[in-house]
Amino acid sequence: MPAARGRAIVITSGKGGVGKTTTTANLGTALAMRGARVALVDADVGLRNLDIVLGLESRVKHHLLDVIEGGVTLDEALVPSKYNESLMLLAAAQNREKDEVPTEAMTALIERLRERFDYVLVDCPAGIEHGFRNAVAGAQEAIVVCTPEVSAVRDVDRVIGLLGNRFKPQLIVNRLRPQLVKRGKMLSVEDVNAILRLPLLGVIADEPEIIITTNKGEPLALRRDGATGAAYHVMAAKIAGEDVEAPTVETRDSFFGRIGAFFGGKA
Amino acid sequence: MIEFFKRLFGPSDSGATAKQRLQLVLMTDHLALAPEMIDAMKRELVEVISRYVEVDREKVEVDFERHDHALAMMANVPILGVARPSERAPEPPAPAVVAAQPVAAGAPPLQQRKRRKKTQRAPA
Repeated sequence: MPAARGRAIVITSGKGGVGKTTTTANLGTALAMRGARVALVDADVGLRNLDIVLGLESRVKHHLLDVIEGGVTLDEALVPSKYNESLMLLAAAQNREKDEVPTEAMTALIERLRERFDYVLVDCPAGIEHGFRNAVAGAQEAIVVCTPEVSAVRDVDRVIGLLGNRFKPQLIVNRLRPQLVKRGKMLSVEDVNAILRLPLLGVIADEPEIIITTNKGEPLALRRDGATGAAYHVMAAKIAGEDVEAPTVETRDSFFGRIGAFFGGKA
Repeated sequence: MIEFFKRLFGPSDSGATAKQRLQLVLMTDHLALAPEMIDAMKRELVEVISRYVEVDREKVEVDFERHDHALAMMANVPILGVARPSERAPEPPAPAVVAAQPVAAGAPPLQQRKRRKKTQRAPA
């Protein structure tokens, strides 16, 4: 057992459906592929999904409430990834409610995981109620996931206010559609971060690949060759403390490109 | 022709609309989450105005109004008295202010915003 404790990082957003779970699965996969021991904790009690994204739904026998309530050991509840033995999932209870998890117990559980893993990534539920407070309670750091939409940025702004100064939040702009940004039809990363003013961890484009890999239960980050898979690996390196540039998505357009768009029809 | 340049150089598009809406909604959110800041601002505002004119402190109202493209602060500050120009101190005096003393009891409240309404000077 390592003497140093691992880092507990909560992945949060306020708004639902912006890609927290996919982000958690992919960052966890990328960190594990670097050789780190990684625990992924699904804190979305009652609406668990992380097992699906990781393709582990048929292997989950126990969940975090079983561990908290003492019926099951951590070893029994942790489900190893199919693809990487240093990546493990602690699933949420599907048949229970968020209020049933006491915050102190959740904090204690994260502490126990920090003794065994280098990284504990907590997939936070949407909302800012009890489930959010539980997910955040045991963490020291936060990654906020935001899509380039008014509603998502507003919710992240609120979450940042609730997090305060303690979590050194970093920003992932998710589901950016570069073609729309080019044509001025979507908020750009700069627009989003002019409001949020957070250190940028990275930008992920809205790729059909993500839907396909999620369908299969194979995180995209298992492959480094695609631009998006590679971006997760760069973010993992950044999290690990390497001095690398945050991965971005090209959205600048050439003058001639605009002329082309103009003459080609409606921009 | 203007349309041509607009389309060629500056996309004033739904992205810009989103940005503008976002900025407004966040300003409103932040104000709603900071009632103590608004109270403090109101106090200081009254203090500054009171250095120049006599203000009915009890009836000061500060509101924020959302319009489609802007957020505006509306201050309704009933003024009870204004000193004769010759009597005005050249430098801003100490913030000590004469206690508000309504000129006429039951005077109609000011309805027009952001507009000074001169009332009769209170008898010395």
